[in-house]
Amino acid sequence: MQGTTAAETARAVNARERSALEVVEEALEHAGRIDGEVGAFLTMTAELAREHARRVDGRIARGEKLPLAGVPLAVKDNMCLRGTRTTCASKILADWIAPYTATAVQRILDAGAVPIGKTNLDEFAMGSSCENSALGVTRNPYDLERVPGGSSGGSAAAVAALETPIALGSDTGGSIREPAAFCNIVGFKPTYGRVSRYGLIAFASSLDQIGPLTRTVEDAALAYDAIAGLDPMDSTSVDVPPQTTIDGLREDLRGLRIGIVKEYAAKSLGASVDAAYKAAYAELERLGAELVEVALPTADYGLATYYLIAPAECSSNLARFDGVRYGLRVEGADMIETYEKTRAAGFGPEVKRRILIGTHALSSGYYDAYYVKAQKARTKIAADFENAFGICDLIASPAAASPAFKHGAKSDPYSMYLMDYYTIPVSLAGLPSLSVPCGWVRPDDAEHEMPVGLQLTAPLFAERFLLGAAHAYEQSTQHAKKHAPRLALGVS
Amino acid sequence: MPGPDLDVRYVAKLARLALTDEEARVYGAQLADILAHVGALNELDTSDVAATAQVIESRNVWREDELRPCLPHDEVLAEAPQAQGPYFRVPRIIGEA
Repeated sequence: MQGTTAAETARAVNARERSALEVVEEALEHAGRIDGEVGAFLTMTAELAREHARRVDGRIARGEKLPLAGVPLAVKDNMCLRGTRTTCASKILADWIAPYTATAVQRILDAGAVPIGKTNLDEFAMGSSCENSALGVTRNPYDLERVPGGSSGGSAAAVAALETPIALGSDTGGSIREPAAFCNIVGFKPTYGRVSRYGLIAFASSLDQIGPLTRTVEDAALAYDAIAGLDPMDSTSVDVPPQTTIDGLREDLRGLRIGIVKEYAAKSLGASVDAAYKAAYAELERLGAELVEVALPTADYGLATYYLIAPAECSSNLARFDGVRYGLRVEGADMIETYEKTRAAGFGPEVKRRILIGTHALSSGYYDAYYVKAQKARTKIAADFENAFGICDLIASPAAASPAFKHGAKSDPYSMYLMDYYTIPVSLAGLPSLSVPCGWVRPDDAEHEMPVGLQLTAPLFAERFLLGAAHAYEQSTQHAKKHAPRLALGVS
Repeated sequence: MPGPDLDVRYVAKLARLALTDEEARVYGAQLADILAHVGALNELDTSDVAATAQVIESRNVWREDELRPCLPHDEVLAEAPQAQGPYFRVPRIIGEA
């Protein structure tokens, strides 16, 4: 039963063909059997899952219908779940028990989902491979020697290995879309502000956004509909009523203009990857879309812009980890030394690098040259997208700069940052965007094929439209079904 | 070698982050490399635009100033490195006169 989608599970539980408790026991059993290989989870929440499953079964018995009735859920470990360890994959929070639940998590639980565990990530969501986790190694279910992507790598691996049909992730510069592309699944980042950030431990507050990772677009729509909407606990959550997306899924793309980015077309990602994207664009056209060329002339400055803005915000956000109110404390001779020693012992190398860059960019004498300059570049990048959406309805592009690479392959920080070349400009513009499986290529250092993802990006608040179009592409191609995960213990 | 405009020890002090000599050397070099890449931004003419702090327009939201329950003190303080009664306990901050 492990290939079951969220939609199928919810239907069966609502029809009382299966109980939520049965479904979750199976999910726990499967995860217990294979997660030693995959390493998607940092914490399993078996008892909590059973408690939630019984509660769902009670609601169904009373005649309620729930959009995600009994659907096993994985939650990235930077989102609070009351009474559960919430670590951000960092030594500084390794033993911290969350005293409250994030709004997005609460909403998806209210819709009937059942939390089976918390998933691994790059420490504080900073990274593109999950290798920056201080607490565990996550492997790509399609090749255990390779990374699952990041930072929501545990969430992506859990869904790809059929441990859960839905995982929540967070995306700051590509942290949902890139791991989804690496793991042959759908990863959806809604418009900035669509989903409350309350209870999501902050990395870069002007960019962070929660979204679902799923095996189908339909499941992404179900999960999004459950979590989206205004929340008084997050002052940046937007007061634009979300349209439901589940009833907007399309079977064709007739009447759509899809933008192909001129500057990206001039760049090669290698012959086989280029061919996969060319075939994907041709398929969009075959489904009735008109392809139009669009220009994003400042997108090439996305990485530079992002690697000032995100570290600047992170240096400010992570100042709260000072050994006073929660998490690790390493005592020093005085308070200042206590801060310095606590943070030195608690944070890993990538987090330290970003705190240092961000502190530098915000420091006296450099603030205008770095931080304000980057904020202005951001204005230009957002304007590029606005111009492009004057002549197209959606933009298609690669989701990541390559298929999944081997553990340890990216040793210098900047080569890792380049993985997010295509996702970062979209994040800076706050746009809704997703990655959907779009084919398979064989990397030079592999004997077998690995998945690649197509990034589709829509104007602000056009989630319904975006998921609708992605569904048409997914249904006509069925790329995700070509290969099964390559796990010794299997996934059946 | 730290970049010309990044003194890693000074920045680490601002960030309240103790660094070993090895870390100072490695991070100094890595940060210089990253700053060289972000220096590409200087090519971009931004004289005609305003800075964007976030893309979605935000406006002030008013609500009634009413008492609401907060998180339970005992649960929150149970997660503190050190607590005493209803307080977080920290090392001495103010020196003796």
